[in-house]
Amino acid sequence: MSNTNPLLDVSGLTKHFPIKGGFPIRRTVGAVQAVDGLDFQVSAGESLGLVGESGCGKSTTGRLITRLMEPTAGTIKYQGQDITHAGRKQLAPIRSEIQMIFQDPYASLNPRQTVGKIIAGPMEINDINPAGGREKRVRELLEIVGLNPEHFNRFPHEFSGGQRQRIGVARALALEPKLIVADEPVSALDVSIQAQVVNLLQKVQQELGIAFVFIAHDLAIVRHFSQRVAVMYLGKIMEIADREDLYDNPRHPYTRALLSAVPEATVDEEPRERIRLVGDVPSPINPPSGCRFRTRCWKATEKCASEAPPLVQVEGNKPGHLTACHYPETPETIPAPRLSKDPEAAA
Amino acid sequence: MTSPTPSAATPLEVTDETVAKSTTSTGPKGSESRSPGRLAWKRFKRDKTGVISAYVVIFFFVIAIAAPLIAKLYGKNPYTTYASQDPSLLDAFSYPAGPNGGMSSQFWFGIEPQLGRDVFTFLLYGIRTSLGIALAATILTVVVGVVVGITAGYLGGKTDYIVSRVIDILLSFPSTLFFIAFMPVVYGIFVAPDDNIPTWLRALALITVLTAFGWATIARLLRGQVLGLREREFVEAAKVTGASPMRIVFKELLPNLWTPIIIQGTLLLPTLVTAEAGLSFLGVGIIDPTPDWGVMIARGSTFYSQDLTFMLFPGVSMVLFVVAFNLLGDSVRDALDPKSKR
Ligand SMILES: Nc1ncnc2c1ncn2[C@@H]1O[C@H](COP(=O)(O)OP(=O)(O)OP(=O)(O)O)[C@@H](O)[C@H]1O
Ligand code: SF4
Ligand SMILES: [Mg+2]
Repeated sequence: MSNTNPLLDVSGLTKHFPIKGGFPIRRTVGAVQAVDGLDFQVSAGESLGLVGESGCGKSTTGRLITRLMEPTAGTIKYQGQDITHAGRKQLAPIRSEIQMIFQDPYASLNPRQTVGKIIAGPMEINDINPAGGREKRVRELLEIVGLNPEHFNRFPHEFSGGQRQRIGVARALALEPKLIVADEPVSALDVSIQAQVVNLLQKVQQELGIAFVFIAHDLAIVRHFSQRVAVMYLGKIMEIADREDLYDNPRHPYTRALLSAVPEATVDEEPRERIRLVGDVPSPINPPSGCRFRTRCWKATEKCASEAPPLVQVEGNKPGHLTACHYPETPETIPAPRLSKDPEAAA
Repeated sequence: MTSPTPSAATPLEVTDETVAKSTTSTGPKGSESRSPGRLAWKRFKRDKTGVISAYVVIFFFVIAIAAPLIAKLYGKNPYTTYASQDPSLLDAFSYPAGPNGGMSSQFWFGIEPQLGRDVFTFLLYGIRTSLGIALAATILTVVVGVVVGITAGYLGGKTDYIVSRVIDILLSFPSTLFFIAFMPVVYGIFVAPDDNIPTWLRALALITVLTAFGWATIARLLRGQVLGLREREFVEAAKVTGASPMRIVFKELLPNLWTPIIIQGTLLLPTLVTAEAGLSFLGVGIIDPTPDWGVMIARGSTFYSQDLTFMLFPGVSMVLFVVAFNLLGDSVRDALDPKSKR
């Protein structure tokens, strides 16, 4: 990892949503700590997977990077330029370089616009006139994403979910971006279609050299797609590592638990035991003190409650493999007695 | 880059293609798009009630627009008191001498009692006045409601809070009562108490008051719609590519709001026709001798026990118009928004 000059450099990124309440005068009575101090980098052409359970702040992170939301704290640098609080005008030149693919293919396409208009929209907004005209470019893009170029004047309702998501990909590609934030791009699709769309994204990433922040809620999809993976829990990064390190040598108990839930992932060569996490994810309004994972961690001690573990390269990690845990896992660590085993999952 | 997906996924890609093909075959032509508007039009054309109502409504608008032309061909006007030229038209009690309210080949719809004006042209011009005022008020109401609603919904925050409170207050007024109370106030602003109020001012005042109390419903509805739409991902997608707020409102939001706007407009017009007629009936809107639906019904009501025929024409035509327009409104809604049916 050469992070000397990353494409995207995020540090201390924080988003707290204020909770308004009180009568008759509304005031801030608390905050949803959706994202709390994220640090990560994305190099040009690299794909970073962002994985975590529902509600851990993945979408919020994506929307902060694409500046759809104003961060509460922290900095976002794109090619060395601080865009943390840049306004619409300042962002204009960068807008074309950072694009987003959305989770819901039914909500992300305007039902009243033709596919051609949807894909040409970004070019129109940024006043880009490709050689041969925008329509020709739209046809090209449709072909790249595997759709019939003749369908450019159809409406979104005439397409299936997977086809719609391809339209979303074409729209993101229209501006020839350097970075695409893909927020769970396949989780709304049929399992049979998922692989196709992931393959398309992979092709786009490799052939066009676009960097990705690929958001997913399980480690299975990310495994094939991302060179680097960050595991999030309750607004914080628990572990971040190159793919092989993370899958072969998970050091954080949470990563290990997630990995054990991935069907084809083999933590060890021995028969796999499924680690089932007990309890619910605590509320981000009032997250646990110290380590945020401690309420569900089988290794938690008093130290975990009083002291938040820093995200560092713990002993035994390769460079670039960072773990936020006081008692990192080792290959020999046996799942603790408090851990319940799931017989169905083993079958 | 011609082969879009790796070969492993090819069989499934074929499934995708058949979906695309089947949509093609149902459409009239491969390249022709089935826009939501076109689909709605197709649904509407299948709705017999809607189509018949539409013809009735169009008929009313045509005669309203063509009233001067029709009157010219017919050779009479709504102002001349024909009875003073030919006293034999009215009897000793000032009621039409002929049977059926004096209907004849000369006076198709008969003669007005007392003053002896021609009912046919009076009704034509009355429809013209009433529809003109109601249409102007509808357009203005919808425009104001749409602008305020979209602004409040899109900007949110303080603007939204203030606008919403104003809407709440306006909607809590008993509007009919306020119409009656406010009309003299509006006149008072422009004209000294003893002066004659010109007809154009009366029309303008009616339009103003109807709009002032009407926009709130539409604004509230659109505000809600915009609140929902602005969270949709396609709006975020536009923002990510750098779209300006103007572009988002006009290119992304507005095309999705035509359905409620058209539905509200078509439902609003007949209520404003009756409201206008109601105010004129009560004497605070258009007044005699200006022809108006409401004025005519008001006059008819003073002597309907002696001469029902006169009352019949404005009454039946108005009922016909309002019913047809309401049915049209329902059909338009069903066509644009098929899920709301029943
Ligand atoms: N606009 C908002 N206002 C208040 N709270 C919000 C807002 N958006 C998100 N949150 C809260 O922030 C937390 C993180 O939300 P986020 O959508 O980022 O989660 P996520 O990881 O994307 O989850 P999912 O997998 O369900 O999409 C959640 O608790 C959510 O309720
Ligand atoms: S710091 Fe403690 S609670 Fe947190 S993951 Fe490590 S062992 Fe578990
Ligand atoms: Mg999400």
